Parts: sequence; C-alpha cells; structure tokens
Amino acid sequence: MSKWVKSLALVAFVATPLAAADLGLGRPATEAEITAWDIDVRPDGQGLPEGQGTAADGEEIYNDQCAYCHGVFGEGEDRWPQLAGGEGSLADETPIKTVGSYWPYVSTVFDYVHRAMPFGYAQSLSDDEVYALTAYILYMNDIIEDEEFVLSKASFGEVEMPNESGFFPDDREAEYAAGEPCMTDCTNGPMAVTMRARVLDVTPETEEQ
Amino acid sequence: MSDSISRRKLLTGAAATAGAALATTARADDPAITEVQPWNQELGDGVDVAPYGVPSEFEADVVRRNVPWLTADATSSINFTPIHALEGIITPNGLCFERHHSGVALVDPAEHRLMINGLVDTPLVFTVDEIKRFPRENRIYFLECAANGGMEWRGAQLNGCQFTHGMIHCVQYTGVPLKHILAEAGVKTAGKWILPEGADASGMTRSIPLEKALEDCMVAFAMNGEALRPEQGYPLRLVVPGWEGNMWVKWLRRIEVGDMPWHHREETSKYTDLMSNGKARRFTWEMDVKSVITNPSPQAPITHESGHTVLSGLAWSGRGTIKRVDVSLDGGTNWTTARLDGPSHPKALHRFYHEFNWDGGPLLLQSRAIDSEGHVQPTKDALRAVRGTESIYHNNSIQTWHVREGGEVENVEVG
Repeated sequence: MSKWVKSLALVAFVATPLAAADLGLGRPATEAEITAWDIDVRPDGQGLPEGQGTAADGEEIYNDQCAYCHGVFGEGEDRWPQLAGGEGSLADETPIKTVGSYWPYVSTVFDYVHRAMPFGYAQSLSDDEVYALTAYILYMNDIIEDEEFVLSKASFGEVEMPNESGFFPDDREAEYAAGEPCMTDCTNGPMAVTMRARVLDVTPETEEQ
Repeated sequence: MSDSISRRKLLTGAAATAGAALATTARADDPAITEVQPWNQELGDGVDVAPYGVPSEFEADVVRRNVPWLTADATSSINFTPIHALEGIITPNGLCFERHHSGVALVDPAEHRLMINGLVDTPLVFTVDEIKRFPRENRIYFLECAANGGMEWRGAQLNGCQFTHGMIHCVQYTGVPLKHILAEAGVKTAGKWILPEGADASGMTRSIPLEKALEDCMVAFAMNGEALRPEQGYPLRLVVPGWEGNMWVKWLRRIEVGDMPWHHREETSKYTDLMSNGKARRFTWEMDVKSVITNPSPQAPITHESGHTVLSGLAWSGRGTIKRVDVSLDGGTNWTTARLDGPSHPKALHRFYHEFNWDGGPLLLQSRAIDSEGHVQPTKDALRAVRGTESIYHNNSIQTWHVREGGEVENVEVG
C-alpha cells in the first residue's frame, strides 16, 4: 500500500476541518455560478444532470460530430483515440485501450464528453445529447445491447463496465531496491550495445545527423 | 538551422586546426585575434531595439521541438525542452516544454476567476488580483510529464535527451499556498479530495488528496520572476510539487472539495500504468528518482579531440532532494560518484558534473541517481522486468549513450 493511501487512511481519523480563515478575500459564489461551472460527474452518479438519451438517438449525433476523428465504428482515424473494441487485449503484446476494454467507469465517459467534446467545440452538447452519445459509445462496445435502452440519472447504475476491477493502487514502493548500489564490476563482463535508436530512425530531423 | 550547421562545422574545423598546429612546430596565427571583427569596430544596436530581449542569433537552434508522429494534432500534443543545451537547474520560460489538450488558452486575466466550491463552509470566487493579496511564497520545483521517456519502454528509439527526457522543466514559482485559499472558504470535515479544473477547452481535471493540497500545493501566478506564460497556464496554474505534470492544472479556474476521487478521464483512461498482466496501477502520483546525462548526448556530441572532457547532467526526484549521482563510462560495470553543483531544493532539478580525461575511444555513458529517500534509479531491464513495456508512464530508468570514436553520440541499450 502506498504511503499516500496509508496516510489518507490516517487522515480519516485525525483530520480536523480546515477552519475558515478571515482575510476577507473573495466573495460568495452564487448558485447560478456554481451550476454553470460545476459539471463534474463521479462514479456514484453525483453530478449527473437531469435528462436522458438512447444509443439510437446518439448514432446520428456521433456520425455528425464524432466519427470524423473517432471513426464510424469507434476505431479511431489516424492517431485520434479509438473508442471501441480491444476487449481482452490488455495483457497482449499490443494492448488496445478503449472505453469498452479499459475505462473503469461510465461516469468518466459522460463527464469527459460533456466537458471537452466535440474537440474544438467543447460544451456545445445538450445534456440529452451527452446521455445519447454516452449510450451510443457503450452500444458500440457491446456494453449496452439494446439501442433503445434509456440512459439517465436513474438508469446509470445499471451499466457495468467490464474493466472496473482492472485497476489497483500504487504499489511502487515494493519495487525499490534496498541498500547501496554496486560500484565496481557490477555486470557479468563488459557491456556491449544490444540496440540502437538509429536502426528505427524515428527521431525528427533537427540538426545535421 | 544553417547557422547551427555552419557553427558546428566551424567548431570542428577549429579543433582540427588546433590539433594540426600542435603536431607541427609552427602555430598558425588565429584570425579571430589577428583580424578586426565587425563587432570590434562598429556600433551595435542601441537600447530598446529589443524591449523584451531574446537570445543571440547564434543560439537559434536552442528551441522546443516536437515529434510529429506522436500525436494526431498540434493542439493536443507535446513538445520537448532542449535540456541538452541548457545549464544549471532553471529552465528559461520560453523553453519550458508544452503539453496542451485543447491548445493554448489565451485568457484575459480581468475576466478570469478562481472558484472554490464543494465541501466548504462558503463557496467563494476570487479575481486574480485577490489571489495576489494572499501571503505569497517562492519555490523552485521541477515539473515532469508522467510520460517522459514513454517512447523508450520497448527499446532505444529517439536520438536526443531533448526527446527522451525533455518533458521536464524547472522554474521558480511565485504564488499562494493552496491551504490559505482553501482556509478562506473553510473545508468541511468530510472533505478529503480536491478537483482542480482548467479554463481551457479541455476543462482539465484531476483528483488530488486534500493532504497533498494542504502540504505543499500552490496557486502560482509567476514563473522565474515574470507572469506565467500563456502556454504554462496564464494567469493561474496549480503547482503540485513532485507529482505528475498533468496534475498541475493550467488556466486554473475552479477547485472543488469532495469526499472521494472523481475518476475522470486523465486518471482512468490516461495516467494509469498498464502492467504486463493486463491490470493497471492508478493514482501513481509521485515522480520517481531519475537522471540523465545531457552532455555529451546525441544532440550534443563531443566536438574536441581526446583530452579533458566535462560530462554534465540533471537529476531529480519527486520525493525529495538528490543525495548522490553516480556515472559510468562503461555501460554500468563500474561507477564513479559525480559532483553535484548548485542549489539542492526538494522536488527540483539538480545539476551534476563529472570531469574526466577522454582517450578518444568509445564510451557507454550512464548516470544513476539516489534520492533523499534512499531510492536508487533502476536499470531499464529491472524496470521492464516488473512493469513490462506497456505502462507508458513513469519510466525513470537509467539511460545509456554510446559515444563513438570522433565524439558522435547515439541512444542505445546495452547488455
């Protein structure tokens, strides 16, 4: 368990609230201001707006606004992110990380599409459109099989993401070598070059090379 | 570019001339001395020709560079700090690498606000001028993208420390400890996490434990003595010392306090570290101990004949200061402790040197840093043995440069 997870657990017992200071700086935020900016959504559904949408609704929006970069089937054009496919590939030589194969929470899809998509025209989608697009991305990944399934705040919890249990906390501390490192005769004989960057030749031309 | 080529050829030519002169008894007179140069004779520019000064035209090749094949579009991309051409530990503002998710937001500070909301007694809104009325502090920190070195997991790929290690910069920040701003709003007992959010079109968000926020996070408005550059988050950015650069939210407009993490896109789809068994680490925030030799390196070859040579490099750790750096000239078989010089601040770059007499033959250069926690920078093979090659992030392994006869340098792996 990382130092941070441990210390967080400790904080839960000893923390006292950070008492309000009184420098007289700032002013209270209004409800409308908070509503305008606070659009973040969590895995437990906190932050989800009212509204709803189906994959069938989302397909047209997707084809109009998303497919140009992400591909008609979510396969990703050029180097834009692939959204669908890759199931069962995470332990492969070349894993494919998509919403379906990798993302642990459906809330992340809603939140990200809502705040950052379409690329170059962020926050232009209505809440219903974001529900519909989220449903369609899940449909492309076979996570929703019924294209008329109504995704909403109420039905959100019914969606199960295949890789939700695929993550574990930072445990790098177990990797660190203990003690002083070797200073002399540290390798089994003289070292030789086994691989050269020049063979791949992918470095951008910057100077004479 | 032609400037740099001609300059390099001139340097090489000068070295060859000097060598030839030593070999014979008659030393040629140096025209740099015997001839009057234009700048010895003519008047230069007056003041104000460059109200905001720029480097010498002979340094025109010292610039940030990108690797176009890495990303789909320059508005969601990264470029690299030319660390092979820099000295000391401070990165000049105009050379600090850039990573944007929706381009550089050009924010009018008069129209910028910072909101604190969520589990607080009073949700507050601050103007930039109000942020500057809190008590300030000045701190030197490195910022490293967690993907620095991410292209090198499978093997040596890019020829230059600018590309293998250049997703890093180190500047002095001026700003306000985040704890002061949070205290002004009053954090409720249930508050355990914060969610900083950017004002750019990506609306960047990351979940950060409240304990870190109160320990050393800052809301910065200046870097190296001047206002933040637009590409570094002008007018306000979050400083999260020692932790992944992605968490240092630029164009910071809002901080929400909550009781659990949000698991947003940049902490699930990205910035999670896939192991070879298909499981992924998450919340790997600290940047581990790391170092690289910046000179010689592929973009900074040895341009002189055999003889006294200065090896120089950078070391850093997100967990504290650098205690020691060792260097090897033979690919890791034998090591010598390098000389650290300059200030040693926690979670900042450290500069090291190793002066030696080069015999003109091939070298396999490596550096190995040890931080104040006692963590030792691992070999590439050791890291791959536990993490595989697909984790993208947190590659802090030892870099090898192959110096050939003649001084040319290449990125290699050894075994």
